[in-house]
Amino acid sequence: MENAVSIRELSKVFGKTPVLKALDLDLKKGEFAVVFGPNGAGKTTLLKLISTLIEPTGGSVFVSGFNITEEPEKVRKEIGMLSHDSYLYGDLTAKENLHFFGKMYGINGQELEKRILQLLNEVGLATKADERVSTFSRGMKQRLSIARALLHRPSLLLLDEPYTGLDPGASLVFENLLKSPEFQGSTKLMVSHDLERGFALCDRVLILNKGKFVYDGFKVNFSGFQEFREKCGSMLT
Amino acid sequence: MASNSRKTGVLAVATASVMLLAIYMLFFYLPPIKDEAGEVLSGSFRIFFFHMPIAIISYLAFGVVFAASILYLRDKSLKWDIYARSAAEVGTLFAFLVLVTGSIWAKDAWGWYWIWDLRLTTSLVLFLVYLAYTMLRKALEEPEKRARLSAVFGILGFISVPLSFFSIRLWRSAHPLMFGGNTGGSGGGLEGTALQLTLLVNFIAYFLLFLTLFSVKVQNERMEEELDSRRYAE
Amino acid sequence: MIRSFYIAAKDLKAEFRTKQMLNSMFIFSLLVLVVFSISFGDFLGDTEKVEKLAPGVLWIAFTFAGMLGLSRTFVMETENGCLEALMLCPVDRGAIYTGKILSNLAIVFLMEAVTLPFFIILFNYSLGIGTLLLLLLILFLGTFGFIAVGTLLSALTLGTRTRELLLPVLLLPLLLPVLIPAVEATAGILAGNSIGNLIPEIRLLAVYDLVFFVISHLVFEHVVSD
Repeated sequence: MENAVSIRELSKVFGKTPVLKALDLDLKKGEFAVVFGPNGAGKTTLLKLISTLIEPTGGSVFVSGFNITEEPEKVRKEIGMLSHDSYLYGDLTAKENLHFFGKMYGINGQELEKRILQLLNEVGLATKADERVSTFSRGMKQRLSIARALLHRPSLLLLDEPYTGLDPGASLVFENLLKSPEFQGSTKLMVSHDLERGFALCDRVLILNKGKFVYDGFKVNFSGFQEFREKCGSMLT
Repeated sequence: MASNSRKTGVLAVATASVMLLAIYMLFFYLPPIKDEAGEVLSGSFRIFFFHMPIAIISYLAFGVVFAASILYLRDKSLKWDIYARSAAEVGTLFAFLVLVTGSIWAKDAWGWYWIWDLRLTTSLVLFLVYLAYTMLRKALEEPEKRARLSAVFGILGFISVPLSFFSIRLWRSAHPLMFGGNTGGSGGGLEGTALQLTLLVNFIAYFLLFLTLFSVKVQNERMEEELDSRRYAE
Repeated sequence: MIRSFYIAAKDLKAEFRTKQMLNSMFIFSLLVLVVFSISFGDFLGDTEKVEKLAPGVLWIAFTFAGMLGLSRTFVMETENGCLEALMLCPVDRGAIYTGKILSNLAIVFLMEAVTLPFFIILFNYSLGIGTLLLLLLILFLGTFGFIAVGTLLSALTLGTRTRELLLPVLLLPLLLPVLIPAVEATAGILAGNSIGNLIPEIRLLAVYDLVFFVISHLVFEHVVSD
């Protein structure tokens, strides 16, 4: 079976500073991997490379079989990104925001209407559909941005520090959505500081430090979070 | 490094000697020039012999910026950025000199320091584009981003200059034509080997001056990069 | 291509909801006209002088008011990381540029259309419908070139500390080739010339528009790539 993500010898240099050094990584379809690492380890850079926001200095990345430098548009279609930025336009209503991004991903007409309605229900914003996003509370914005990221049914979800600033309500919505049947099959790659929550959700743990993976293992190898922290805590500094 | 600076040294010596020759020719070799009416032109006419080479080289330098900018965007190697910014710096100097020599000449020939004629105005535009390029570089700190964004501006700027030329020509054309058939107005045709030879030697002199300044600048920038990378390494 | 329209439609929807940019641009251009009209007050009856000065004044008003708007176009995209969201959409970078051009063009052109009657009143012109259409054509060609370069430079200055100051410094030297023929053509039209006499100006404007649109389209990806 084709891997959802396949990274070979990936490196990225900013100016003269190497940020990622010859990374290799394969993610199977449906896998939920979380990348931990100290600040400046290159976690965000890794996500930006996979999502085609920046180009690699060397090596290759394939997402669902598409090369990120050769077919970036096909790659982007596969990806749903949830970042600490909300990616929403304040002057547009919730519905208009979803409409706009839906069309940008090539969803149209009835299908888009249905999809928007369904997602607004799932994130609990159906009654606020026609209100401007700038009037939303932080938590509401976060829930809407979750809906935005899932709109085009991405096969690969990239989660950049999703818990930073996520309020309890939004966290719950988020975790429920991730477990929902619709997204059971999608691959998830999360970058996080929050060891406990990240560990709880994932089935594979990676630790990135100074541009290299220093640990790669499965959750089942540990009896629980305590054991993981004892064994791997030292790699996180 | 050592051989590079020796080459620059040789270049500098060559520049100085050709420059001396050029100045000598300007004052002692060049015969008096008469216009169509047979009257001897004032001495300020000699400015033309270095005004024009400097002007051409100021455009040439921007051509280097343009080419280096395209190459930078193609393979994102900072060496092209060094060429671009060095050429831009020397080019700014030359563009400034064009305006100065042009103004002095204009004052003597027409009684005004500044006239809105085609070539002088185009040179002014070139100078302004150079200034804008420099301002952009100064506003950016991160080397990669600075190189990338100024490359984009370098390309746009280079394309805008010939377009400026055509629009200024449309607007106003009162400059004497130096070559070609139409020699009306206050200028005159340039004929005679002595004149052409003087122009050629001056052109070579200023071209060598450009090369010297450019290679000194490139070397300085390289050393600075070296210093920076060592500082980061520590 | 259709996605460029989506981007433009989204921009216009947001803009017409607040009309922030449109209002401030319009008031600014009106103020410029009024200030010039007052300072020329003594010879507004002198048709010959007015004909020489007014076209330049009109384009000064449009250029500076337009710049006010341009400096804002990408700011709205950065507020919640929306520019990044746009770049994550499955469209090429050029489509984002084109979309932004379309919305800027609509907004600035609208501002100009609303300002124009005030210009005609303040400088005491009486124009026939043919002349007016010709004037709109020149306004469109000039504005397109202005927007093509301005949109790119607006994105380019986004990451600099002195964004609002830098944009005019970079933009104005590049605008010269579009401003000169635009002013010349405007002067020609206001003096009653027919389209036949304006061919050189129109040709230059068209060449500028085309060249800068194509080049900017090509380099835009380098401006927004992080």
